[in-house]
Amino acid sequence: MTEAFLPDSPLEVEAVAGRSIDVPERLSWDSGLRRTVTVYIPLALFVIILLFPFYWMGITAFKPDYEMYDYKKYNPFWIHSPTLHNIEVLLFQTEYPRWLMTTMGIAVAATFLSVTSSVLAAYAIERLRFRGAQHFGLAIYLAYLVPPSILFIPLATLIYQFGLFDNPVALILTYPTFLIPFCTWLLIGYFKSIPYELEECALIDGASRLQILRRITLPLAVPGLISAGIFAFTLSWNEFIYALAFIQSTDKKTVPVAILTELVTGDVYQWGSLMAGSLLGSVPVALIYSFFVEYYVSSMTGAVKE
Amino acid sequence: MDATVEVATRRIRFERQPDGWVTRLFDYKPFLVFLCLLPTIGLLVVFLTYPLGLGIWLSLTDTTIGQPGHFIGLDNFRDLMDDPVFWMSVTNTIFYTVVATIGKFALGLWLALLLNHHIPWKAFIRAIVLLPWIVPTVLSAIAWWWIYSPQFSIVSYIVVDVLHLRSTYINFLGTPWPARWSLIVANIWRGIPFVAITLLAGLQTISPSLYEAALLDGATGWQRFRRITVPLLMPILAVALTLSVLFTFSDFQLVYAITRGGPFNTTHLMATLAFQRAIPGAQLGEGAAIAVSMIPFLIFATLLCFFGVGRRKWQQGEAND
Repeated sequence: MTEAFLPDSPLEVEAVAGRSIDVPERLSWDSGLRRTVTVYIPLALFVIILLFPFYWMGITAFKPDYEMYDYKKYNPFWIHSPTLHNIEVLLFQTEYPRWLMTTMGIAVAATFLSVTSSVLAAYAIERLRFRGAQHFGLAIYLAYLVPPSILFIPLATLIYQFGLFDNPVALILTYPTFLIPFCTWLLIGYFKSIPYELEECALIDGASRLQILRRITLPLAVPGLISAGIFAFTLSWNEFIYALAFIQSTDKKTVPVAILTELVTGDVYQWGSLMAGSLLGSVPVALIYSFFVEYYVSSMTGAVKE
Repeated sequence: MDATVEVATRRIRFERQPDGWVTRLFDYKPFLVFLCLLPTIGLLVVFLTYPLGLGIWLSLTDTTIGQPGHFIGLDNFRDLMDDPVFWMSVTNTIFYTVVATIGKFALGLWLALLLNHHIPWKAFIRAIVLLPWIVPTVLSAIAWWWIYSPQFSIVSYIVVDVLHLRSTYINFLGTPWPARWSLIVANIWRGIPFVAITLLAGLQTISPSLYEAALLDGATGWQRFRRITVPLLMPILAVALTLSVLFTFSDFQLVYAITRGGPFNTTHLMATLAFQRAIPGAQLGEGAAIAVSMIPFLIFATLLCFFGVGRRKWQQGEAND
């Protein structure tokens, strides 16, 4: 595409002149107009398209109704008289604060449970080196490949038999099914990067296995623990299908489920409060994300590489 | 590795504990292994392995909510064979997965290549690009639902009132094909960041000296991409592709939030149809049968992605975190 714009592109020159072209010429050429067209413009388009739904969500949340539904009179891309009305409705006329607290509690508990189990499992697989550790690791990886959408029906009957239906504990116990495999793989990767010699030294010094885990391996694996923790928290906050299937009463719902089932009433959608609800529901995750961006990136790519 | 050095230099003193039976038990390796694996095995067996088997059993029964079912053999599957809605959900799921995956990987690879250039504020751009993937899917899906609104769609506004390309507002979700494409677009939008960031990580491990060598040998841009970037990216691409296909195929949230399978059950994926039949419809057995029908597709797709694309082992050695 660029070549069409710029007929003297080095590629064509090169085709004629064979290998005679020298590197500095190409490099200087690279930093000019060509770079703007091939790198900056597409990149800007990507960023605009990827962020637009959030902008649109945010701007709608603060628009008064008369602006929201009248594009002729008010430019839709801007707010002429911002209002907190939608957020006020959400916080004081619905059970939104309660949904937020429930979601937070479930996410924290499920994360704690999963990270604790994963640390122990990853330590056993990577460091205790028992027979069959490799196969066990593979089995956990396979568990990650089982999607919740084929599990929720039998799980619903199981939850019902346990008497946990409509109880947030059901979610705390079922979320680890997708959190543990992920966290375990992440932590195996981290434990691998810690030199085994450190543990051997401690063993010679007379430390017990548990002392080694607590005082040597865990302190060194803190970045891994943070990655696993924030990731598990985000995934729990995002979870939808289990929360939709296992929880019925309004006051026990999680934010994503509650917005979709409680705020969408009848045929006339209250877009203002829907957008405000989505915006507020995204804030906790986005905040954590903004503090730990590097951990997210490393855990995402780390888990894929393993 | 600062932390390593720190621990190594700071001498930790371990008190020699009296060798009570508890201490000896905790130093007995088989017991320790058992103890460490217990929570993980317990949770996964009870809430993952057992339900997987239970799901297959349920699909062979006529269980409804509140009523224990009886074994009815393959009747559920036989009914599904004659059910046009089920077949539509199967074709929808395959179409959705194939098109969305191609879109995600084409655009995601492009974005990764763009981000691999030396650009100002790279870390910041990388961080905001990941946002669609971080924000809860249902919440961003609601934003898409609003974007696809029949009367107040901002896309329609741009197309009709700003660009004057059409005279009427687009009915995104009211008719089957536009609704399917709308869902695919939303899915691609959400999937691009994951693909881009994982592939970017792969790109960054490719040594620049390879490109310099190719440049000196007179390789064109396309040749460099085809002969260096693609082969070295394959291993990570295979894993990302497997995960992406798996989660797109079993997608539930996006469709449930935006169309709920409508209009007239034409945009159902297998997961949403299973939910609709099992929970609101109370036919647990039938829902389980639909969910179980996903398993062969999932296994096939996983094997295809993993062995078709990624035969090569990851070549970067151990320390690639």
